[in-house]
Amino acid sequence: MHDMSAQPAVHHHSPPQGFIKKYVFSLDHKVIGLQYYGLALAAVFIGMVLSWLMRLHLGWASLSIPGLQLFSPNGAPGGVITPEYYLSLMTMHGTIMVFFVLTNAPFAGFGNYFLPIQVGAEDMAFPRFNMMSFWTTFVAFLVLIAAFFVHDGPPIAGWTAYATLSSVGGISGPGEAMGQNLWAVSIALFCIGQLLGSLNFIATTLDLRTKGMTLARMPLSTWAWFITACIGLLAFADLLPACILLILDRTAGTSFFNPAGMVVSDTLLPHSGGSPLLWQHLFWFFGHPEVYIAIVPGFGIISHILPAFTRKPLLGGMRVMIGCMIAIGFLSYMVWGHHMFVSGMNPFSAILFSVPTLIITIPATVATLMWLGSIYGANLRFTSASLFCLGFISVFISGGISGFFLAQPAIDTYLHATYFVVAHFHFVMAVAAIFGIFAGTYFWMPKMIGRMMNETLGKLHFWLTFIGVYCIFMPMHYLGLAGNVRRYASFTDDYLVPLIPVHKFITIAALLTGAAQLIFLYNLIHTRWWGPLAPDNPWEATSLEWSTTSPPPFDNFGGRHLVVHQPPYEYSVEGAPADHIMQTDPGPVAAH
Amino acid sequence: MGKFFAVLLIIITLISVYPIVTHMWWMPAAVSAHGPEVDHQLDETMVASGILFVTSQFVLAGFIWAFGNYKGKIKHWPGGHKPVVAFAIILVGLEILSLSFVGSKVWASMYIAKPDPRALHVDVQAEQFAFFFRYAGPDGVFGGIHPDKINDGNGNYFGLDPENDVAARDDIVVGSLTIPVDTPILLTLHSKDMIHNFYVPELRIQQDIVPGIDIPLHFTATKTGRWEIVCTQLCGLGHYSMKAYLEVKSQSEYDDWLKQQSGD
Repeated sequence: MHDMSAQPAVHHHSPPQGFIKKYVFSLDHKVIGLQYYGLALAAVFIGMVLSWLMRLHLGWASLSIPGLQLFSPNGAPGGVITPEYYLSLMTMHGTIMVFFVLTNAPFAGFGNYFLPIQVGAEDMAFPRFNMMSFWTTFVAFLVLIAAFFVHDGPPIAGWTAYATLSSVGGISGPGEAMGQNLWAVSIALFCIGQLLGSLNFIATTLDLRTKGMTLARMPLSTWAWFITACIGLLAFADLLPACILLILDRTAGTSFFNPAGMVVSDTLLPHSGGSPLLWQHLFWFFGHPEVYIAIVPGFGIISHILPAFTRKPLLGGMRVMIGCMIAIGFLSYMVWGHHMFVSGMNPFSAILFSVPTLIITIPATVATLMWLGSIYGANLRFTSASLFCLGFISVFISGGISGFFLAQPAIDTYLHATYFVVAHFHFVMAVAAIFGIFAGTYFWMPKMIGRMMNETLGKLHFWLTFIGVYCIFMPMHYLGLAGNVRRYASFTDDYLVPLIPVHKFITIAALLTGAAQLIFLYNLIHTRWWGPLAPDNPWEATSLEWSTTSPPPFDNFGGRHLVVHQPPYEYSVEGAPADHIMQTDPGPVAAH
Repeated sequence: MGKFFAVLLIIITLISVYPIVTHMWWMPAAVSAHGPEVDHQLDETMVASGILFVTSQFVLAGFIWAFGNYKGKIKHWPGGHKPVVAFAIILVGLEILSLSFVGSKVWASMYIAKPDPRALHVDVQAEQFAFFFRYAGPDGVFGGIHPDKINDGNGNYFGLDPENDVAARDDIVVGSLTIPVDTPILLTLHSKDMIHNFYVPELRIQQDIVPGIDIPLHFTATKTGRWEIVCTQLCGLGHYSMKAYLEVKSQSEYDDWLKQQSGD
């Protein structure tokens, strides 16, 4: 491939002085990457506590949770969660997790930190955009969290905010006044932040590669962030105007999503001409690609890390995995209607959306087989990072296979909006992506903070989490098959009451698995200040981030302009003097 | 550590499939004409997916077992990646083709095929957080819906105008859906406020009810009995409690019931 970057990147700014410029309003992509990671870390623990509260309520609806009434006197009088507060917790859990964790950590967090380093650049193409991107996202997070503290509490319309529940204002339910406004403003801001970030990722990948870093020599993680940025640029450019239309419907009396003739609380609403399905189309045209924004970086991270611990390149090399990721990114824009099989849209379109949905399983299956095939004949090294990679493969298989059911409209008419769907998307999108984040954390944290994480605690964290997620999410498939509807605050229907013991089991599993995450938090905090210092290349890996110090200096390579001579995964090359060849190694290019 | 991981993975896989194989928690028996086709489709998908799930988890476990402690020369997958990619495309491709063809047929019979012209029409109105059902009455004609007349306070859930609309005068409005067995039913679904859903697991039917759109839905119940109709689309604070009953009666019982309602 043509080398477009004969001139090494010129640094746009000098090292900052003072705490504020260095650590707060920093232009350094590494600090911004850590800021995104830190924001995601705060968000994931908030989201997890919300899920604990939800799970407790689902198992024991009348349980009084001590102290909760102090946090929300209306939502939890006497510490007992009301049905509407359950919906608030659910909405906030979904929104926080999807946007501020699954988008922030694997894409914006690791991507910001490592994309410039992996291509040999000194920073992102637009450092000021980068800083704006983080701080816009940060404000978006504060605006969302503010919904907990407004009079009628957070919105209750779910992370999908379906109109008309979300679009007619406070008349539709508690949390639908100021709470839903804050939600829409927060997500609109989030979109702006992501658009700035995506532009930056794309420009940096295309323009700032160092000498010899051809596209074909970019690590798969960089490829994944690049493809994700392309997906994100389209997806968030769709959600942003959708949120603006929602805000207008709610505050300016427009009727984009509100049809004529709606009667709420015996009051005829003055809207006319809108369609609730328009929101669903706009939302899912973003929402389905968003699933891949969460998981494609995971593909890249796993494909990048696995070779270091199998000591061999990925089966199929770079091309197959890049092809899979591009195919998934492309197809992700053709399948949004599979969320809407029962929505009332034209039933012919269900078949049109079903076929590409099933086709998308082909690149996903190929990618999985490439990972599996890479373990064959490997010298496996078990570390916390490699365990989470192997765990990723397992949970991705488990989550992917249930997609076969939901992709078929005829079966979806039974399973739609049941816990089967909850199980599916948690396994394939949430748990798999989180496993990718954990693998990335254990792998890269030595580079990011210059200290080695504790491997014993890391492995304990893995075993408890791996068993835990299966205990939480596998039984949800059974609930879904029994017709257990999701988004119910409690189960009072005759046919749902016998399923409550299963919910109790899931709740206990969720509490224990959540508690296991405290081991991770302790490990991370302990490592930051007291962990043993990390060498430059602790995993004997080959890409450019391992050719600099841990942590890297301000300009990433200490004034050196690296020249790349090798593909990114030269492990166990026949006839090579060492078991791995660094990308900067000027030796003869390997034969394969 | 590799052997421990492999054994754990196999145990997890076996425990995961056990409740599926034994139908420990499963779909309730289907009571609609198209239900067995949906079940058949789901069963076939379950067998194919189950084999894929168990095989791939076992292969993963097997590789982790075999190469967890392997210190010899690195081996590459015999034959390279091309046969693997071809295998995946053919295997998954065939699965997709068969599922799409058969599945689309089932879907078409439910949603694309025209309802039986002799179907019994019932109008459904959904609102926060209840369902109401309307029968045309002796004249066989539904009165028009006037949103400005909708008033829960005086029980006018459909917004009927019996003073000016003759057809509306004999309309029967009730809180549960009573239908005759083995008779094609055509529902027209309306919502007056939020998106709701008409879900009867036993009928294998789930359909959103969207304000501003009148959505037709047809089915034939094949067993008499009483089942729950539940809302599956988040519609507000009382969403979890929104339900009604479906009563499927024999034709004679249904006729008696209808007569009783008209008499009131």
